[in-house]
Amino acid sequence: MEFVMPVFAGIVVIFGLVKRVPVFDIFLKGAKEGMLLLYNIAPTIMGLVFAVDLLRSSGAINVICNFVEPAADFLGFPKEIVPMVLLRPVSGSGSTALLTSLYQDCGPDSFAGQVASVLAGSSETTFYAVAMYFGSIKVKKIRHTLVAALIADFTAAVMSIITVRFFT
Amino acid sequence: MLNYIWSGLVIISILCAALLGNTNELSTALLDSGASSIELLLKMAGIMCLWSGIMKIAEESGFTAVIAKFFSPLLRPLFPNLKKDSPAFRSITMNISANILGLGNAATPFGLKAMEQLHTLNNKNDTASNEMVIFVVMNTASLQLLPTTVATLRQSYGSIAPFEIIVPVWISSACALTAALTIACIFNQKKR
Repeated sequence: MEFVMPVFAGIVVIFGLVKRVPVFDIFLKGAKEGMLLLYNIAPTIMGLVFAVDLLRSSGAINVICNFVEPAADFLGFPKEIVPMVLLRPVSGSGSTALLTSLYQDCGPDSFAGQVASVLAGSSETTFYAVAMYFGSIKVKKIRHTLVAALIADFTAAVMSIITVRFFT
Repeated sequence: MLNYIWSGLVIISILCAALLGNTNELSTALLDSGASSIELLLKMAGIMCLWSGIMKIAEESGFTAVIAKFFSPLLRPLFPNLKKDSPAFRSITMNISANILGLGNAATPFGLKAMEQLHTLNNKNDTASNEMVIFVVMNTASLQLLPTTVATLRQSYGSIAPFEIIVPVWISSACALTAALTIACIFNQKKR
């Protein structure tokens, strides 16, 4: 699978050559646009990284987990994965770090390990995507985007338990 | 909305640090987060420039049009108000197909382009259009066909069957996507 990206890029370049477009000139034009896009989303990303760093270093994430754990217990949620469920929508690298430490503690083939794997595979960093995409065009009123996106995260969390129980 | 969530995160963190006595860690994080976000941005800069360039070639050579043709029957129903050959719809199809193939890094520039093009069709400057909501919601759900990152991690931590989770992942992401799109569509029906 590692090879998909280079193959994809290669196909595009060959396609361009076949269609006789000035491939390199166009590449340069696009790369410049990429730089501009980055310039537009940079503040949003800095703001988010800042908030997530604060959340983790202050111990706030542990406090929130302690609040949620009884409810998770009640729903049959392994309590080891509660921090990951909470951090997943905000930080990709943060939740990956939690995933690896969970693999280390419980093993990837344990129940908690498998639920965490399914969760990581079936959800995305919601806040990050929402903030980045709307931040890039400076749209403030995002209407029901966040509600729908968080329902997706919640569904993924519930379904990851149900599917692991059912299939493994 | 993001204003409140962001300030909430910051305030809660500072309160917790004060109550739990983690103020030292907090100060360090405060100083380090600037550096770590610039690091992230630098990493992204390379990827963004490369893939924006490749995407430009794909666009001008007509490659995106071919991909769009292939995926449009799937995506048409979700964006009924976009013209089939509009640049916005093409960028959306490229973003979604890159996501499905697991090219997350390549998908982002396509997605940002799509938002820009959707914005030109939007008649309210500060409010999200129905299409934007649907599109961003799709990007917050996982569309990736093969969860390679997770499988690689599992393997490196000694799993006997790294890909055993694949069917659960498919079912779980399909359910999540369906739930989110249903909610988004129901709210979209309401007046803006």
